[in-house]
Amino acid sequence: MEQQLLKRIDLIFNDENDWQEILDQTLAHDNTYIINALVSSELKGRGGAGFPTGLKWKLTSEAPGIEKYMICNADEGEPGTFKDREILSRVSFKVLVAMAVCARVIGAKEGIIYLRGEYKYLVPQLNKTIAEFGAYCGRTGLDFNVRIFLGSGAYICGEETALFESLEGHRGEPRNKPPFPTDYGFRGMPTVVNNVETLVHAYTIFKYGAARFKELGVASSRGTKLFSVSGDTPIAGIYELELGMSLSQFVEEFGDGDTKAVQVGGASGFLVPRKKFDETTIGFQGRLTGVSLPTGGSMMLFNSSRSMYNVLNNYLDFFREESCGQCTPCRVGCQILHKGIEEVKRGERNAKYLQTLLLLTETMQLTAKCGLGQSVANSFSSIVENFWEEMIY
Amino acid sequence: MDPVKSLVTDLVSRLGTHRENLLPVLQGVVEQQQYLSEYAMIKVAEAMNLSAAEVYGTATFYSFLENKKMGQYIIRVCKTITCSMKGKQQILSAIEEMLKIQIGETTPDGVFTLLQTNCLGWCHKGPAMLVNDEVYSDLTPEKVRDILQSYLKTAKS
Ligand SMILES: Cc1cc2nc3c(=O)[nH]c(=O)nc-3n(C[C@H](O)[C@H](O)[C@H](O)COP(=O)(O)O)c2cc1C
Ligand code: SF4
Repeated sequence: MEQQLLKRIDLIFNDENDWQEILDQTLAHDNTYIINALVSSELKGRGGAGFPTGLKWKLTSEAPGIEKYMICNADEGEPGTFKDREILSRVSFKVLVAMAVCARVIGAKEGIIYLRGEYKYLVPQLNKTIAEFGAYCGRTGLDFNVRIFLGSGAYICGEETALFESLEGHRGEPRNKPPFPTDYGFRGMPTVVNNVETLVHAYTIFKYGAARFKELGVASSRGTKLFSVSGDTPIAGIYELELGMSLSQFVEEFGDGDTKAVQVGGASGFLVPRKKFDETTIGFQGRLTGVSLPTGGSMMLFNSSRSMYNVLNNYLDFFREESCGQCTPCRVGCQILHKGIEEVKRGERNAKYLQTLLLLTETMQLTAKCGLGQSVANSFSSIVENFWEEMIY
Repeated sequence: MDPVKSLVTDLVSRLGTHRENLLPVLQGVVEQQQYLSEYAMIKVAEAMNLSAAEVYGTATFYSFLENKKMGQYIIRVCKTITCSMKGKQQILSAIEEMLKIQIGETTPDGVFTLLQTNCLGWCHKGPAMLVNDEVYSDLTPEKVRDILQSYLKTAKS
């Protein structure tokens, strides 16, 4: 198993004053060159799913469509994640440059930032940046316009196809996949959806080159990642770290000396108990990395004073509220799971019922329509299996 | 013309009648009215040439598009586990005590509504809350009382 020592890096928030130069210099290359650079950097999406960014741009550029769209996903709703807001407040020009380059590569003239309603206070400042950026594009003859679209308090709209529905003025209910957004996205046209952080990494690659980017991280998890660190830690905040470190190193750096478990990846992620800190790597899944946990960057630390039952109860309450309700396994499943653990805790059902609930999460994983319903099993099984007693007593 | 109708007319003429503008129009109504009344939804439907059921069905999907009458200031306290661990309950109690309302209720003078919400993205500075669009983090009971006091002063009488 390849692991990397914990290393703090400063690429994401460093100087963006060179954005005009980076934009011009990148656009001086042809589209194939840009795609090849991204592909060889092995950059993977930072929104959670980890799809290779170069391939996404390539597929969209090749897909037939009268119009194409570039969408920046700033819906950031995963509990424990707060990095995208920080990026948009501090280095929004980097995001816009990467959006513009992507647009040129795929043939889009319109870019949209889907911003969660909770971050509405950012709009005036962002609009100023967008105007300045637009003016520069106008002067250099680049035909690309960006607008902000505000969400209204629905976590599921961060799922890319639900996001399209929302943009089109409908309930944010995920669509079936396939067809994938690269072929059939916003308004039924080929669309690239990228997370805010993914776009900033693209900027880093434009600036320093794919080779430099690839030097960071480990096999199948290249580059750095922004982590949103919260919970029982003396130094909660946002940290850019090289991918591929072990969880034990992470805990050594950020824990309070009494860390009992870490939830990696928010409510849709996994809980890792202390005994598995050593063997767990933070990065995307790959053949070489062993037990490797991907994350949108949410890292919640819990010390021994915390009840894991309360943690799970909180996550299930979240899923129950945020399920779009479109498909039965997820809509009803979330309710049964939430009610179920409360009944076991109150002694109204015996402990064996937890086994039944675990089976239910397996069914949800197989039959739910989108990532929300499918990933409830992650936190449920990792918490229940590792902290069985805490669920009962 | 009544204020809701003129608000809707104004929003729709500015944003357009295309279906893609439905959410921005509804958001615009909520910005002024704090919620979507049945009447407002019917007016939006008429102005955008949609069925009222379509408007209602879309609006009720989104938790920030309230369809119950709300106070002038909507307090949304983050209820995610990380804020709970940092003392969310004390914040809620301080608000409940000061305003004499419970979660889900509005003060009789129509100034405040108290709600809870999912992760606001301020976990490193919890507990956190929104008052309309404004974010407040690192809350303590004293701080939250001061904040609400300042809203009371600016409230429409
Ligand atoms: C329930 C759910 C919520 C999601 N929320 C977000 C989000 O808030 N931000 C985000 O970038 N991606 C989110 N995603 C992932 C998106 O669907 C999509 O994969 C991502 O935006 C692609 O960008 P990337 O390739 O740059 O990671 C979510 C997925 C699911 C299933
Ligand atoms: S899995 Fe849940 S959130 Fe996803 S489509 Fe089904 S009901 Fe909606």
